[in-house]
Amino acid sequence: MDPLLLRKLNAERRARRAVIHLTELEGGRDRIVREGDTVAGTLGSAIEAAFRSGKSGTFEAEGQNFFLNVHLPPARIVVIGAVHISQALAVVAKVSGYDLSVIDPRTAFATEERFAGVDLVADWPEDVLKVRPLDRYTALVAVTHDPKIDDLPLLQALKSGCFYVGALGSRKTHAKRVERLLAAGAPQQLLDRISAPIGLDIGAVSPAEIAVAIMADIIQAFRRRDLRTEAKP
Amino acid sequence: MGDGVETLDPLMVAERWMDEGRNVAIATVMETWGSAPRPTGSHLVIDGEGNFHGSVSGGCVEGAVITEALDVIGGGEPKMLEFGVADETAWRVGLSCGGRIRVYVERLG
Repeated sequence: MDPLLLRKLNAERRARRAVIHLTELEGGRDRIVREGDTVAGTLGSAIEAAFRSGKSGTFEAEGQNFFLNVHLPPARIVVIGAVHISQALAVVAKVSGYDLSVIDPRTAFATEERFAGVDLVADWPEDVLKVRPLDRYTALVAVTHDPKIDDLPLLQALKSGCFYVGALGSRKTHAKRVERLLAAGAPQQLLDRISAPIGLDIGAVSPAEIAVAIMADIIQAFRRRDLRTEAKP
Repeated sequence: MGDGVETLDPLMVAERWMDEGRNVAIATVMETWGSAPRPTGSHLVIDGEGNFHGSVSGGCVEGAVITEALDVIGGGEPKMLEFGVADETAWRVGLSCGGRIRVYVERLG
């Protein structure tokens, strides 16, 4: 492998862009294909299919054998709200192999002491998401209970095609939330994607148990996501 | 990509090693049959001293891949290796998955 190609591949991966490292098996020639790049013929179709499935493998086209190594961005979780549940979720996400960031403008909650070793931003989601945009490989978890903080990132997550969008609150709280978001112009079909009450129903009571229920919900959404219906970035 | 993920990522490690002036080989799982422990596309990276990062199996064939990788670093020609992971050695360490894997080993640069 060419050193410059490795640098290019890693740069794309750092920027959370989906890429395929394409190698001609006989000649050993290789290159990087970005999601959305045009590649002609049956190879192009194989590349598209590989981006959708995320599965690497060998492929024969035009009398040549190719190896397609698919690099999709690692799944990550963005949590709105530096609350008790988020402290537990940060731990559970880490052992589950998901990156996690916490955003909360309330500096009483978003303290280094409560979130040691966690990527924590004490600012409004509106400002943070401008520089750190959501994408299809991101799960958004809104747990502040405060519409002023939660609503905007929820809408952005739905529009960005986040693979999971969850919001804390009872059925009653969620019904009110849906009313507000409908009034803000969001289509019902999009709002149906919000997981609420948040988390798999395992009868969770304590903040740590709720964190486990949320994590399980996220894992299920990620592993069973329907790639064909995903929105294009 | 977070720092935690990046320090454990074989291709990121390979880039770092390259920047440190080390000789590096990259091993890639090209094909699997049966219940192989690591999926196609998985990487193991090896430096000229035999240091390694990542995995191409559950730990049963890494030793052999590292030996071949040192050869590839020395000679430059890439190699295609094939392993059945249900051999006697695998059984002894408790791995009875019964799969087979093909691993491509190439030099970086």
